[in-house]
Amino acid sequence: MEPTVDILKDLHYRMLRIRLFEEAAGRLFEGNKMPGFLHLYVGQEAVAAGVCVAMRDDDQVSSTHRGHGHLVAKGGDLNKMMAELMGKADGYCNGKGGSMHICDLDLNMLGANGIVGGGTPIAVGAGFANKYKGNDTVSVAFFGDGSTNIGAFHEAINMAAALRLPVLFVCENNEYGEYTRRDKVMAINDVVDRAAGYGIPGVIVDGMDAVAVYEAAVEGLARARRGEGPTFIEAKTYRYYNHHGVQTLGMKYRTDEEVDAWKAKDCIEGFERRVTEAGLISADELAAVRVELEAEVEAAVEFGENSPLPEVSTLLTDVYTEVSR
Amino acid sequence: MTATEPEAEVRELTYLGAFNEALFQLMREDEDIFIAGEDVGLTGGVFGSFAGLIDEFGERRCVDTPISEQAIVGLGIGAAVSGLRPIVDLMFMDFILVAMDQIANQAAKLKYMFGGNATLPLTITTNGGAGVSAAAQHSQSLEAMLCHVPGLKVVMPSSPADLKGLLVACVREDNPTILVKNKRMFGKRGPVPEALYEIPLGVGNVVREGTDVTVVAYGRMVPESEKAAERLAEEGVSCEIVDPRTVQPLDTDLLVASARKTNRVVVVHEAVRFGGLGAEIAAQIQEEAFDYLDAPVARIAAPFSPIPFSPGLERHYVPNAKRISEGILETLGRPVPGA
Repeated sequence: MEPTVDILKDLHYRMLRIRLFEEAAGRLFEGNKMPGFLHLYVGQEAVAAGVCVAMRDDDQVSSTHRGHGHLVAKGGDLNKMMAELMGKADGYCNGKGGSMHICDLDLNMLGANGIVGGGTPIAVGAGFANKYKGNDTVSVAFFGDGSTNIGAFHEAINMAAALRLPVLFVCENNEYGEYTRRDKVMAINDVVDRAAGYGIPGVIVDGMDAVAVYEAAVEGLARARRGEGPTFIEAKTYRYYNHHGVQTLGMKYRTDEEVDAWKAKDCIEGFERRVTEAGLISADELAAVRVELEAEVEAAVEFGENSPLPEVSTLLTDVYTEVSR
Repeated sequence: MTATEPEAEVRELTYLGAFNEALFQLMREDEDIFIAGEDVGLTGGVFGSFAGLIDEFGERRCVDTPISEQAIVGLGIGAAVSGLRPIVDLMFMDFILVAMDQIANQAAKLKYMFGGNATLPLTITTNGGAGVSAAAQHSQSLEAMLCHVPGLKVVMPSSPADLKGLLVACVREDNPTILVKNKRMFGKRGPVPEALYEIPLGVGNVVREGTDVTVVAYGRMVPESEKAAERLAEEGVSCEIVDPRTVQPLDTDLLVASARKTNRVVVVHEAVRFGGLGAEIAAQIQEEAFDYLDAPVARIAAPFSPIPFSPGLERHYVPNAKRISEGILETLGRPVPGA
């Protein structure tokens, strides 16, 4: 489906919102203002934005350890996100989850996940609940190329296919599982080849092109809503930063030339160039969006920095739901 | 509602029959409850636990899944956070190990990791215990592993009536629970109230009152300890049997009160001795009742080996009434026959 100008603006808005948030998080991490691990989504924004713009608000998302982008694209509150990444009391998880467990159930974002492949079965469960309730809501499982090598993924996608559940499987193939090239750990060139083994349709899209991702997601979501079961989308994409942290160049496991070649296809720069050249959105309007988002991110950093650390009294709360019957 | 209504009709049911009846009653009561697992639909479960449910509730609510334990538990988690109240079945307790990431890393921690912003009314049912020549991968008692993970509740019923009431509590609970039936108790009969009732989790039960020694047992070790207590009564030994019923959370207060009363404690479980629940219970009792103890807390448990297949070996592996009696006598400092 050809996106309208409003859709194009939305794609751009969500991609840029992710990019600016992640760049700011990276700077804080580098400045030792962010504890723990940081798996940045920069480079892959077209995938989260493309899919989430195609989704309805009631559609659910399961995510990965590289999950900030999915929450931002679902409309996450940057203040609460930044505070959570800093381990602060006003974060989404009151400082108990951090980067790898960030979530907003009210936005139907069922959580980032620290276990590779761990979120996919949960998305399938959400899909089951949708079918059980007889609504036409769809759950979307985001996962990386590496996750398709793990057992939980196989079990979950096979079950979704066998039970014909309304689930959209979105593989963000960024060519690396941590610091190992995909072709060293997988004897196929396209991850989507696996879809045939589950008896579900699979498509490859350019994961650096938000419009292409959007169009594929519209089709996959519609198929699921029609009761025709899951679809597998493989989005070919790339992460600019390391698996963890903020280093980009000078690494053993990939060449600087490769990084630069992918950056030349950057999803935001390319998008801005195409829409302005086509006269669909003016450069001024794009610049205004950037200014607005920069201010939002800056406010989020300030919010996070000003938020207190969690009270020690909360250490043992929320292990269980209190039973009051 | 926590107690059995006194006027409710009480019949004899088998352990599995009580489980099955509770499912019918729960599923009639709440449309959000469904069952999913291997062969739980058309076949009614390989042991008959789910017999007849599909006839009344249909394939929508009685879901035959692939042999995919991780995905079965994941299905339950995703459905539970989406507002349903799933009961997912893992055919043998040993198979929880296949699903351990979903159980221990996902289900148990979701609420905490999300800062409280998740409710997970998920019940996992499974079948544990040795003594049926099911060998090393279909006989284990792995409750200690589960109890070690904050966020889970673990239930080990020792009678048909407890099984029914505890299953109801698990399903109505807003936390992930794991209910472990014992395979050798499937056909055991006992009085079960017909009405739907609930036995609260974390509340133990004094199965038999006594004065000389406290026997802490759960699951099938409760009836086995009762047999031992009957025999010892003839020799003038008065055993108090305390069944915690849920091993996480553990009714420490009840165990400690009994220890303070009898001054001697023997813990019995089917699981291997090393690192088993007995170690935790012994530690808690010495922390809370050290001055009351006249003997070290003893443990009767399985030896530290995988479970053997041959009946000739397995009968020496699983604790039985004879071993329990011997352990009690040793703890009392009385002569053990044949020792």
